Amino acid sequence: MTEEIIIAGFGGQGVLSMGKILAYSGVMQNKEVSWMPSYGPEMRGGTSNVTVIISDERISSPCLNQFDTAIILNQQSMDKFEKSVKPGGLLIYDPNGITSHPTRKDINIYQVAGTDKASEIGISKLFNMIMLGGLLKLKPLVTEEFLKKGLEKSLPTRHHGLIPENIKAVEIGKQLLNPYHVL
Amino acid sequence: MKELRLMKGNEAIAEAAIRCGCDGYFGYPITPQSEILEHLMKEKPYENTGMVVLQAESEVASINMVYGGASVGKKVMTTSSSPGISLMQEGLSYISGAELPALVVNVVRGGPGLGTIQPSQADYFQTVKGGGHGDYRLITLAPASVQEMYDFVELGFDLAFKYRAPVMILTDGIIGQVMEKVVVDDYKPRWTEEYIAKTYPWAATGKTKLRERNIVTSLYLESARQEQLNKTLQAKYKVVEENEIRYETFQCEDAEYLLVAYGSSARICQKVLQLARAEGIKVGLIRPITLWPYPTKIIHEVGTKMKGILSVEMNAGQMIEDVKLAVECKVPVKHYGRFGGIVPTPSEILDALKTL
Repeated sequence: MTEEIIIAGFGGQGVLSMGKILAYSGVMQNKEVSWMPSYGPEMRGGTSNVTVIISDERISSPCLNQFDTAIILNQQSMDKFEKSVKPGGLLIYDPNGITSHPTRKDINIYQVAGTDKASEIGISKLFNMIMLGGLLKLKPLVTEEFLKKGLEKSLPTRHHGLIPENIKAVEIGKQLLNPYHVL
Repeated sequence: MKELRLMKGNEAIAEAAIRCGCDGYFGYPITPQSEILEHLMKEKPYENTGMVVLQAESEVASINMVYGGASVGKKVMTTSSSPGISLMQEGLSYISGAELPALVVNVVRGGPGLGTIQPSQADYFQTVKGGGHGDYRLITLAPASVQEMYDFVELGFDLAFKYRAPVMILTDGIIGQVMEKVVVDDYKPRWTEEYIAKTYPWAATGKTKLRERNIVTSLYLESARQEQLNKTLQAKYKVVEENEIRYETFQCEDAEYLLVAYGSSARICQKVLQLARAEGIKVGLIRPITLWPYPTKIIHEVGTKMKGILSVEMNAGQMIEDVKLAVECKVPVKHYGRFGGIVPTPSEILDALKTL
């Protein structure tokens, strides 16, 4: 098993930390992982993205141009990465702020209305975990047990009290998953 | 006890320095390697192992602090990225001339000039063909994973002290920024003054009644003496070339085409191997781990049996010269690269491979 994922959105949406939690959970589950962030001027305000690879084998390139899965959180990232999903692959996006919806017919596309839900129930900081829930519903890359361990490893100790809320946000994301175009 | 961590390549460099008993780090922040100094400041080794961590006023100061620390037999290092490494070239030449051990890490970014903060491999020539003045060589290690970033710190110090010469870890923004699993070692104690004085008799540890003063210098105004130093250096470099070549090969056994790439490019090329083999193209990869001394012999042995060779580098074609020398131009060698901070995609490299 090798899963090659791009997560892309605005800086501040929790793109890098979503990837980090996924990567840490993978490590806890004894997988090979790679987490490659965009670290350019774009991260100082503007778009941000991270490539996460989880595999049972030694990982080749940490930098890729074709992905099994794309999690897209803004229009700029949609414009950039919709075309980078492998045929038959998966695209999950938050429709909030998206003006041109994806048009690919050779991939599976799902919506997770994370922004709206997060502000509705007042957990905007957990937006990224809602989106992660959408992914884990379709691709159970890590189990809840290891996700908890991953959160413990990636969050500073003072925030460990928030882990149950993070797990709850993942569950909310799983329920929000809405098929947009399914093969 | 060994411990499994998820770390950035830059953090692995810093963690390895602390754990292998490094005595001093002197550096000045620059992207994409600032996490090295940040990690050291966070870990505060000066409170535990006594390792000095100092943000110098400039890169020129950093390398000269390393020169000073190395003179007294301490395990000292500095790190920077391309523009900062350019400023250190004079110091590297002096340290080579004075035959001192030191570890320098270059997390390369795109150039020339102030360039870009994105990854690049454009400092190959600077590192292995000179950089500073005079007939010296830099033992150069090119890690391709976070684990190697970690491992090469101790290896680098070992080689530096074995040969009394500066060692360069040549990496880039990809391996510096990527997070991967890394197994970290136990903390090793720093060397005591007694150990240094006994093991490294050249170190300026203070004159004793049993020996003459140790003088650290690279200045010999008498030409015969300077020629003697050069002969000593060249003899040493010959031993390094005979003993320290490191490389890794991938699927060369049945290959008809060969990729040669180091560091992050070698990681991207491993993906190219998967894509090419899925299309039935028989291609192998040689990854030089030491860039000097260069794995000329294996590239000759494998390369001369090939229909064509592609040297893949994130520059305009630098290492390709060493590949061509290795195969004595008996087979066609082409270069593929992107520069200025652009990372080539596996698909682009595959397309270039198909033109061989």
